[in-house]
Amino acid sequence: MADYKGVLIFAEVTEGKLPGLAQELLGIGRKLADALGEGLSAVVAGSGVSGVAQQAIAFGADKVYVVDDPLLKDYLTDPYAAVMQKVVEQAKPQILLLGQTNIGRDLAPKLAFKLGTGLATDCVDLSIDPSTKKLLQTRPVYGGNARATFTTEGYPQIATARTKAFSALAKNDSRKGEVVTVQAGLAPSVVRTKLVNRVKEEAAGIKLEDARIIVCGGRGLGGPDNFKLLEALAKLLGGAVGASRPPCDNNWVPTTLQIGLTGKIVTPEVYFAVGISGASQHMAGCSGAKHIIAINKDPEANIFREAEFGVVGDLKAVLPALADKVKELLKG
Amino acid sequence: MNMIVCVKQVLDPEAPPASFKIDPASNSVVPPPGVPPVISPFDGNAVEAALRIKDAKGGKITVITLGTNLLRDVVKKPLSMGCDELVLLEDPAFQNGDSWSIAYALAMAIKKVGQFDLVFCGRQAADWDAGQVGAGIAEFLNLPIVSLAKKVEVVDGKAKVERVVADGYEVIETPLPAMITVSNELGEPRYATLKGIMAAAKKQPIVWKPADIGADASKIGAAGRRTKLVKLFQPVKEAKCEVIKGETPQEAAVNLAVRLRQAKII
Repeated sequence: MADYKGVLIFAEVTEGKLPGLAQELLGIGRKLADALGEGLSAVVAGSGVSGVAQQAIAFGADKVYVVDDPLLKDYLTDPYAAVMQKVVEQAKPQILLLGQTNIGRDLAPKLAFKLGTGLATDCVDLSIDPSTKKLLQTRPVYGGNARATFTTEGYPQIATARTKAFSALAKNDSRKGEVVTVQAGLAPSVVRTKLVNRVKEEAAGIKLEDARIIVCGGRGLGGPDNFKLLEALAKLLGGAVGASRPPCDNNWVPTTLQIGLTGKIVTPEVYFAVGISGASQHMAGCSGAKHIIAINKDPEANIFREAEFGVVGDLKAVLPALADKVKELLKG
Repeated sequence: MNMIVCVKQVLDPEAPPASFKIDPASNSVVPPPGVPPVISPFDGNAVEAALRIKDAKGGKITVITLGTNLLRDVVKKPLSMGCDELVLLEDPAFQNGDSWSIAYALAMAIKKVGQFDLVFCGRQAADWDAGQVGAGIAEFLNLPIVSLAKKVEVVDGKAKVERVVADGYEVIETPLPAMITVSNELGEPRYATLKGIMAAAKKQPIVWKPADIGADASKIGAAGRRTKLVKLFQPVKEAKCEVIKGETPQEAAVNLAVRLRQAKII
């Protein structure tokens, strides 16, 4: 398909800024575009977002398509898919990348089916095959037990990228690029669903995605009460508390604490996995941690194959003693 | 309310990771011996979402399952939970599809089922984790879609959906008919009742072949794929765990703290 050229990324805008994942998309987008000898573009869509175009250029884009319209103020499937289809038909990219976020998970498959092309979601590796020049898309499958590499026949080749799987380029404010305004041209009847309300449930304090230290509890906690032990340790270390899926499904903790394949992906310096078996779906969320420390009473638990350090023992006995000694060591 | 739920039979995602094995020659997973397949967990949440609406509003739920080597007592589980009909798309021509060709086949089957108000899918299947089929069906059937639902109600002829986002949830309203993909935050699927199991045992699934649903042969199964699987592999794990010991758990905890301090980790 000779008329499809270049790499296009969908840059989500969060509170008027280009978030980390959009910067990472530009980073990998730049690598792929360079491997193809072609250009890198970004789409910035929303209401009152034209100021973000320069940020996208600073992080590597040669060209930014800006679609600014009141109907795009909040994400809804129909208007965003319509606008993206318009930009893709104009830009004709070989490769289209989005982030694997709550928006990307909704928009990417909608686009793939609308455009009649293939999609690989949650990619952790993206590269250009040197002989075919096609995009090799590698993603975790079977809950993270395996990886699969795909190619797509049609164009654009669409992929969503997992958070922190790729690196952003260093910001270069003196970079120059082209800004193209695209009219949304949306008839209100295109928008079938309606956003009624947004409810924030996240606890105040350090966000899990930003925390340097995380103390995470699993099914082994047995109930909400033992999370107090994790909170005490986290507080001493200036860390955040997370949970695997079972405590969330059992309503022991809010679901916004969920770390895993369908929860938050975190990459802290230090990750304590307490009462966590180490199932692949959970490891998908935390395997990027630099140091994993496991506390579990089952010596056969899979977590001991994933962790750097471990203690086999009852968390109710281990955690208070650990916290006390940590407190003492931090004082000295 | 006429509702449809798409449900997939998968290898048990709770099987121990150590039992997971790949056959590189066929780029496929070797089913672990003695571990029966299950309903994909998010599809269980999708069934639960439909049943809650049936509890509130009455109606009929038709479950559609596309697959091979479908075990009747596995795929009948939604019936024993309270769903009404089971349709199986069971034919070699449906095999080895990707999200594209599977969504197409399911969409054609849904068209044949007839009038419906809601279609539910799990947010992603526990084997390939692609998370595309719900959106694909919606596109083929020109349905509005709300994804990642943690609560679904039908109010004044519209669906009111709480949708999971990173820091909480959104409330989205959609006209009907619509597609809704469901996440685990909706809540645990109900257990089958004895009455449900007995009713399910008596029910025969309806089996449809490609010709029954008017499917274009070039769009289903392996023939209809838009993606190509190049390689399925397990990344090599090199990690080795240093287990910190002690006479008592408390002593081990103390030794752990010391070791972490020594390694400049805390």
